[in-house]
Amino acid sequence: MVGAVGAAAAVGLHAPYDPLGVNLKDALLGPSLEHPFGTDQFGRDVLSRVLYGAGISLKVGVLSRFIAVGLGCLVGALAGYYGGILDRILMRSADVVMAYPALLLLVAVTAAFPPSLTVVFLALGFVGWPGVARLVRSLVLSIREREFVTAARAVGVSDLRILMRHILPNSLGPIIVAFTLGMGTAVMAEAGLSFLGLGAQPPEPSWGSMISHGKDYLRSAPWLTFFPGAAISFTVVGFNLLGDALRDVMDPKARGRGGRMGANRI
Amino acid sequence: MSEYLVRRLIPAVPILLGVTAFTFVLLHALPGDPVLAMAGERFDPEAVASLRSQLGLDKPLHERYLNYMGGLLKGDLGESFVSGRPVSEMVLERFPKTLLLAGAAMLFACVLGLFAGVLSAARPGSIADKVGMMSTFVAVSMPVFWLGLLLIFVVSVKFKLLPPSGYGGVDPRYLILPAVTLGAGSAGLIARITRSAMLEAVSEDYITTARAKGLSEVRVMVKHALRNALIPVVTVMGTDFGSYLSGAVLTESIFGWPGLGRLTLDAILKRDLPVIEGSVLFMAIAFMLVNLLVDVSYAFIDPRVRVEERKGES
Repeated sequence: MVGAVGAAAAVGLHAPYDPLGVNLKDALLGPSLEHPFGTDQFGRDVLSRVLYGAGISLKVGVLSRFIAVGLGCLVGALAGYYGGILDRILMRSADVVMAYPALLLLVAVTAAFPPSLTVVFLALGFVGWPGVARLVRSLVLSIREREFVTAARAVGVSDLRILMRHILPNSLGPIIVAFTLGMGTAVMAEAGLSFLGLGAQPPEPSWGSMISHGKDYLRSAPWLTFFPGAAISFTVVGFNLLGDALRDVMDPKARGRGGRMGANRI
Repeated sequence: MSEYLVRRLIPAVPILLGVTAFTFVLLHALPGDPVLAMAGERFDPEAVASLRSQLGLDKPLHERYLNYMGGLLKGDLGESFVSGRPVSEMVLERFPKTLLLAGAAMLFACVLGLFAGVLSAARPGSIADKVGMMSTFVAVSMPVFWLGLLLIFVVSVKFKLLPPSGYGGVDPRYLILPAVTLGAGSAGLIARITRSAMLEAVSEDYITTARAKGLSEVRVMVKHALRNALIPVVTVMGTDFGSYLSGAVLTESIFGWPGLGRLTLDAILKRDLPVIEGSVLFMAIAFMLVNLLVDVSYAFIDPRVRVEERKGES
């Protein structure tokens, strides 16, 4: 009955969704009215931990995508706009990063540094940028040839301005879609990493690490693994749906393969 | 055809070089001194220094890299820091096990995915369709390790049908759960893709022709509409299989499957550099080969690709 009172207080204070305090009662209680998701081996309320973990997952989903998309846009825009050697070098680097199985690269990078959530953001951003870069590059390539760009150049507008004011705004749709579609993967990846012990450390209630600790009690207290995992699934489904919906709005032709759920085509 | 192959292989070489260089730099230049990791809490500075020079870690980075590359060309991947065994031996020992798991998972994914996809496409809008598509969404979003634990709980703990973990070669009792866990996501994806591709095909003229010719509905669906779905399905098969091979790390950990993914994970956590480099390199190559295979197979499945390649040549 370790008193994670500090953590308990933190959860109680910081969980914006959860007004319930986290008390120490008996450990490993099954789901009940008092503790709808049961308690864990330290007597902490699983529901509160799951809710607090939502904050972590959201942060991961959003921030890591910002890094990935930011980097990707930069690289893709440069490669697409200037072409030539720069393009080849940048794209080859993207290929090298993409040649690695994603999870392994993530594990390798996060394992090299002291574990923390920040490292996870950076690692996810690092693994995610090539995909975005390729997308942005092809977008830039197609827009570059349009008349308004040629016109702007003829007038003498600087390259940077052209990129910022003409090309990027026109590419925004697919970029946003790429951003959201990657969020689900990012959350999954973070869960996998914290499951393996890299990333958010206990007593921070990252869903992945909750499952990892919970699996030791699989027979006696299955709710410890069930609820965080269900939370992950729901979150990822949510992000995927969001991404799909955005894609349908912004780029209807891209619907094709495996897009909408249950939609009738005929 | 072989020209096509060669043209695809050539850009692969610099990428591979990039991969080895990058892995090397990543591992050797980052914080986390492997020698200290091995020495443990109390260590004797002299012993540490001699260990370091023994392992060649005191030489400058570029020298180590060149040594490594030299060994690589001879097929020597070095020895494990932890066990002293040749890395190539360790990798080759584990690889077939991962291959087995990957193959089983892919088989499962294809059979289930195609079946569900065809079923949904044949009766669009029906309950079967809706249920099917909803479950694919879930399948794709479930974390692999969670699904694995759930399956273990339900099948092994509650109903005691199958052993929860361990390796038994081709013995299905040990193979089923990990394969299903690994393949579920792919099955969902394949089902979705098959369905939408087939639905696209069904509205095409050639399907109406086939029906007009009097072919049975089953034949129409399977022989003609399904073909259309094959290209995207093969793509998914390729990328997913590639990632299975490259280290179904989580699945292997949960089920205690002694494959390549686990080897790499353990090595990373123990800072066993040669093993990490060797297996990562191996996996990157395997991944690239699988992608190449997928590309080549397009030419077989879709004759249009062959024609376009020809046109591209002139």
